[in-house]
Amino acid sequence: MASTTAPASTIFRRPKQTSGWMSWLTTVDHKKIGIMYGYSAFFFFILGGLEALILRLQLAGPNGTVLDANEYNAMFTMHGTTMIFLFVMPVGAAFFNYMMPLMIGARDVAFPRMNALSFWIFIFGGIFLYSSFLFGTTGPPAGGNLPGGATDASWLGSTINGGWFMYQPNAGPRFSTGTVLDFGAIGLQILGLASLISAVNFIATIFNMRAKGMKLLRMPVFVWMTLVVAFLLLFSLPIIAVALFMVTFDRQLGTLFFDTFQGGDAILWQHLFWLFGHPEVYILILPAMGIVSETLPVFSRKPLFGYPAVVFAGAAIGFLGFGVWAHHMFASGITPVAQAAFGLATMTIAVPTGIKIFNWMGTMWMGKIKFTTPMLFSLGFVALFVIGGLSGVTHSIVPADWQQTDTYYIVAHFHYVLFGGAIFGIFAGLYYWFPKLTGRMLSERLGKLHFWLMFVGMNLTFGPMHWLGLQGMVRRTWKYPEEYNFGTWNMVVTVGAYTIALSILVFMINWVRSKRRGAESGMDPWDARTIEWSIPNPTPEWNFGVNPEVQALDDWWHRKYDEDDEGRPVRKAEADATIAQFHDQGVNPPAPIHLPSPSYFPFLAGSAFLAIGYGVIYHTKGWGLPLLAFGVILLLSSMIGWSLEPIEEEHEEVHA
Amino acid sequence: MRSRSRRRSVTFALLTSLPLLLGSCIEGSPLDSLDPQGPAARRIDELGTPVFWIAGVILAIVLGGLAFAMIRYRDRGQADPRQIHGNAKLEVLWTAIPIILLAGLAVPTVQAIFDLTECEADAMEVDVIGHQWWFEYRYPEEGITTANVMVIPAGKQVCLNMTSDDVLHNYWIPKLNGKRYLVPGQQTLLTLEADQPGEYWGQCGEFCGLSHALMRARVRAVDQTDYEAWVARMQQPATLPADGTPAAAGLAEFNGICSTCHVIEGVNQLDKPVGPNLTHFADPYRNVFAGASLERTAEHIAEWLADPPTIKPGSFMPNLNLTSDEIDALVAFLQGLDPTKGN
Repeated sequence: MASTTAPASTIFRRPKQTSGWMSWLTTVDHKKIGIMYGYSAFFFFILGGLEALILRLQLAGPNGTVLDANEYNAMFTMHGTTMIFLFVMPVGAAFFNYMMPLMIGARDVAFPRMNALSFWIFIFGGIFLYSSFLFGTTGPPAGGNLPGGATDASWLGSTINGGWFMYQPNAGPRFSTGTVLDFGAIGLQILGLASLISAVNFIATIFNMRAKGMKLLRMPVFVWMTLVVAFLLLFSLPIIAVALFMVTFDRQLGTLFFDTFQGGDAILWQHLFWLFGHPEVYILILPAMGIVSETLPVFSRKPLFGYPAVVFAGAAIGFLGFGVWAHHMFASGITPVAQAAFGLATMTIAVPTGIKIFNWMGTMWMGKIKFTTPMLFSLGFVALFVIGGLSGVTHSIVPADWQQTDTYYIVAHFHYVLFGGAIFGIFAGLYYWFPKLTGRMLSERLGKLHFWLMFVGMNLTFGPMHWLGLQGMVRRTWKYPEEYNFGTWNMVVTVGAYTIALSILVFMINWVRSKRRGAESGMDPWDARTIEWSIPNPTPEWNFGVNPEVQALDDWWHRKYDEDDEGRPVRKAEADATIAQFHDQGVNPPAPIHLPSPSYFPFLAGSAFLAIGYGVIYHTKGWGLPLLAFGVILLLSSMIGWSLEPIEEEHEEVHA
Repeated sequence: MRSRSRRRSVTFALLTSLPLLLGSCIEGSPLDSLDPQGPAARRIDELGTPVFWIAGVILAIVLGGLAFAMIRYRDRGQADPRQIHGNAKLEVLWTAIPIILLAGLAVPTVQAIFDLTECEADAMEVDVIGHQWWFEYRYPEEGITTANVMVIPAGKQVCLNMTSDDVLHNYWIPKLNGKRYLVPGQQTLLTLEADQPGEYWGQCGEFCGLSHALMRARVRAVDQTDYEAWVARMQQPATLPADGTPAAAGLAEFNGICSTCHVIEGVNQLDKPVGPNLTHFADPYRNVFAGASLERTAEHIAEWLADPPTIKPGSFMPNLNLTSDEIDALVAFLQGLDPTKGN
């Protein structure tokens, strides 16, 4: 990373702030970027959660009157879009950013400024999407009429309302008038770019910046899952980018890709969308699988059972994930041959998934299980994910899926996978790695309260949805009549949803209190196995005082423990001294360390996308094209500034 | 620790059994997909039910194993466990067993896919056209056009040729068969057969815009003689009111306003009607309207005529600002469009 050559150019000075808001704006430190990803993702989690709570009020009883049809459509669309693109994906990016370099023994990612760029593009993409509440307009399909002769929706309803899946031609210009769907298509395009950039960055980092001795099969499983997710993003995002361009062209320029009246194809969109959308599901769940593959061994005090099998199963899920997209379309009228092929392919996904689950259980078997909060969340993950996985297998029975598809049975299934799976895994990771951020522990007492509330709330919310779906409750319907007999279970679901909300409140209290007053963690509070625990907490700016050298899988464990003849761990006599030595060299690096310098340009380049997005939507207005031109010029000049930025600026060494 | 794990297992048992207990107390929905009333739905049910059981058994084994490990191997202050890194035989075992199980499920699945996606050669044909937000039914051989309620003979396979006039819709009569999309610009096939006469409820499955929730469907299966009688009366022109009756004023309203979008055979013709064909609007079998979301009563028709977009957001029928006299006349006229009453 360090270079001793003189600056090539001094046209642009690099910013120097190391604290205050400017330091966050210009930082290229993967930890600060990770923290910003985390907080902004959590902010969107709250928004997406509030949207869900409003939906549940509406559905608590028959013929709900809390929302009108358009507001309901807007809320379910924004709930899905927010949770997927603005919460689970970026919170995954937060973990990748913060933890992955620490787990491979690197001082930063391969391209620190690009890392900042992907964060800022994500932020501006999120702002852009949510600005549709302020600026978006929506109306009935061409020729249709809104209640009371209205021409536009309420503010709550004037946001993206075509479903996160934006099925065509309903989300096309003829049937979704107004601008909200343009906010949707262009917003997702911007967010996709952010993920694409970070995918390239993570792949380059994992392949090039591992510590000496960290062979690929010595990498923690979490790093492996980061790598698989990055490849999934790399290959799937271009597909949705193309599809979103087609939609934007249809809506803005009058092309006819999906206009069935003019020979366009409605099903083409579904193929493109799900060819991205199914790998996307694994993009959402694999980080959580990586997290519990770290926590289960630590709290069972055993190594991960079948490490290579878990790694290869993760990679296999990634590969197979590209071959099953049409199982989202079993009812669409695709040929029986295609239905059979995609049904069988879908069944095969169960095999590597099963391998993972059995190996996690093998990890716990004959272990010494400590029921810490991160462990509870990991166990919750395994239990709930098994339920989601098995209901997934029932979808692969294609004719059964003709009954299940588009019902709450599907909603139940993917919430068991994405809430019971991804979100429980994320919370396991937050409780587990909190000391790395703060040097403190989250309260175990509040943590357990959080877990039990969330576990009970989760099952109350999503468990009855299986039944409702099989009873015929169709998704995305803003009300149901009394005769359907859905009322009782929907009330239970609503109570469950508010229980989850309560649990999140407990978590927030825990976070805020523990950040200031939590017990000090020391360096290795969990007696963990991997090298991110071989450095002080909170993580020093330079990560590793001395570049680590790795001799084994679970290297940190092997520095502390030997195995006796029976294979039982025996703490080395010098273990405490080793920890003290690592702590000391972590706090006081023996040699000067050169860190990448901050930069203004990622922020500037990211903000350009806001202007570009609005410019495209409003290109027919007088100020639209100038705004677009401004955005492009801002982007180009940021790139020029970026490339002319001196690689190294004279600055005080972080530590001499 | 012991009491805590016991408490946990009790909680868990409650959580899993609660849905079953409560589920059995609540009356089933008219859309219940687990209550098949025709051969296709039954075939699906017979295929799916064992899978639910197998999944349930696997779930019990895995969760039981998890619970066992949590209790048996919890931290009781014992020495650190042996560091076992894996076991190749076990890996092979838990790779092979799911493969064998899935292969066993795959065979009947593939058979059922092929069996259920074809119509029998002697099946009766009905064209289904999806509109925002109602289903139109055309009987090509009989020359009948109707909406919202599809009348079929019980015990006979009906082959639906489906398409959409606007966006994607998804035809679903849960007790008779699974779902199939209606795709604009394309044809899709679905079979329907009811064992017994009866009324079978349905709902559009695919999100199709503002009033997706109100896009419902009814299939009325009747025995062969009733079906033939229905066909015969549907082939008649509309039952028109006698001069001077309140309904005759409604006919005048129809000719003045409604006839730009709706067709009543014997009254008007349109190249491409926007709204449902109203010829036999009040046939006793056609007991619902407005996308099968409202029972066809005088009150509901009056409410609907007063302000359609408020009942069905996005509706292509605007608020026509009808006076209450006009509405009364139209209600009388529409309720008189009953072919069983004769001319």
